[in-house]
Amino acid sequence: MNVASGGTQHANVEVRVLRFAFFGGVYNNYLALDAAIRDARGRGVDRLYCLGDFGAFGPHPDRVFPLLHDAGVECVQGNYDNSIGNDLDDCQCGYTDPRDNHFAQISYEYTYENTSRPNREWMRGLTQQLQFAADDIRFLLCHGSPRRTNEFLWESTTSTAFLERRQREARADVILATHTGLHWQRPLKRGRRFVNVGVLGRPENDGTTNVWYTIVRTGSDANPDSPDFVQTDNAGHVALDVEFIPVAYDHRRLAGEMRQEGIPEEFVETILTGWWTTCLEILPGRERRRGRF
Amino acid sequence: MTKTSFDNAPCVELKSLDELWFQVSGTLCNLECSHCFISCSPHNDKFGFLSLETVAGMLEESVKWGVREYYFTGGEPFLNRDMVPILERTLEYGPATVLTNGTVLKPEWLERLAAAEKRGVYCLEFRVSIDGPTPEMNDPLRGPRTFERAMRGVGLLVEHDFLPIITMTRTWDEADDHRILDAFRQVLADHRCARPRIKLLPRLQIGAEQRRTEGYGEFDRVTPEMMDGYDPSQLICTHSRVVTDQGVFVCPILLDSPDARLGQSLADAAGPYPLRHGACFTCYQYGAICTNPSSRNTG
Repeated sequence: MNVASGGTQHANVEVRVLRFAFFGGVYNNYLALDAAIRDARGRGVDRLYCLGDFGAFGPHPDRVFPLLHDAGVECVQGNYDNSIGNDLDDCQCGYTDPRDNHFAQISYEYTYENTSRPNREWMRGLTQQLQFAADDIRFLLCHGSPRRTNEFLWESTTSTAFLERRQREARADVILATHTGLHWQRPLKRGRRFVNVGVLGRPENDGTTNVWYTIVRTGSDANPDSPDFVQTDNAGHVALDVEFIPVAYDHRRLAGEMRQEGIPEEFVETILTGWWTTCLEILPGRERRRGRF
Repeated sequence: MTKTSFDNAPCVELKSLDELWFQVSGTLCNLECSHCFISCSPHNDKFGFLSLETVAGMLEESVKWGVREYYFTGGEPFLNRDMVPILERTLEYGPATVLTNGTVLKPEWLERLAAAEKRGVYCLEFRVSIDGPTPEMNDPLRGPRTFERAMRGVGLLVEHDFLPIITMTRTWDEADDHRILDAFRQVLADHRCARPRIKLLPRLQIGAEQRRTEGYGEFDRVTPEMMDGYDPSQLICTHSRVVTDQGVFVCPILLDSPDARLGQSLADAAGPYPLRHGACFTCYQYGAICTNPSSRNTG
């Protein structure tokens, strides 16, 4: 298997890569991040990526960064990281409801005040997109969409035609994003696809307390028995499969630490119940119906 | 540096055609609201119905443009007898949103539409226009008993597992927003709508609303200087166009402005547009006034 960074093939750089793991939206949930890194390592993953939004929602922002650095996670800047890194006044999440903005602001100010200057500077320097190729498959990693960091691409409100256009413009075979908090994927023409990798920061509004990340396998490592296994060319030389992984972690401990830090009970409730209590106004009807509130 | 038109209005480019609107019932409506910005009524046939065939052709054309979602407005879209098959067809292409007054909905239509939504992956949203949490606020604007009839429509939508977005035009002082929104949430909860979704719209001082109150003043315009540092994606003309039976227009608000007709096809309508109207000033001030909260398109 051949992996090249920056979208350019280097014939003399051959790295045996078994699997790629993609994390999204950590939201200060260092306990879930730690569990996900261990889980990915246990599954033979040896390249880890995170698509941004390290802060928000949870406690102790600075506990996230050593885990990322120690595990060698390559990172993309999210809108939250752009805001914290550049000392902006808000998170640029683009909520439309005053109640959602109220809670988002509490969370933002807590995260900003508790993030050290070196970590803020590190976030400021992150790239907003990463590209690499593996097994002739071109990957593009972004936070919201390839054209805008804070764009929400929900499964039920994003047409396949829209994704095909983004794919053509970006010249990528697999586009990976996060930002919405809900994992999903859409097959595109010729085996290409769009993948929302999910988030580690909070559960998915489904009444369970686990969080989600994504593993992608290519070439000879792709699992042909996977329900979504796809050949990416007609000759069948290149293959890809995507697996969404639920991660259990010590969510009760996280909830306890959130309370000690004075984080609003509405956020704690989400961690303990798996139901979203805030940021609901921006959900499309179809995604909102799946939740309780 | 912002490009300007001959009359010094700033021109904005169509950056990406993300939303395609259909003026699916033209200017025909069963109601005659006194604040309607395009003066829709049972008698206003300046714009007519779109056929299923016309919509289907545009849906097909829209694919190469990478349109993300489709919106249907009027008038009252459900006066169009093809409305249910039009939505069924649209949901094969992408998400759909219908802007309705909620007074003519029938259970058998909603059963078919709920089934169509469940067959695919895309969302079907209903935006129901009701202009206040009481008949006393709503009915003087929208007509006798329209509050009661629209709330019955909301009830039908909830029964069919939809979560309607109530759209209120702000005809009160902005300082009262909080109180009125709270009151409406309570009314919706009392009507078994436990997860109220409410969108506020600013008044557009054109059409019937210009006669009800007053039109835009001479200085209510967007100037080239105002575009400095402004995020143009707030304006729907940078990411939308609207299909009518008279051709493709720049946005669903300016149908009465002859210069807003850009051509017959989407390709004809892809050029820049000068923000020369008073309504452009309202769009500039409030931003993203026509799209759903889930699709808010901000830079």
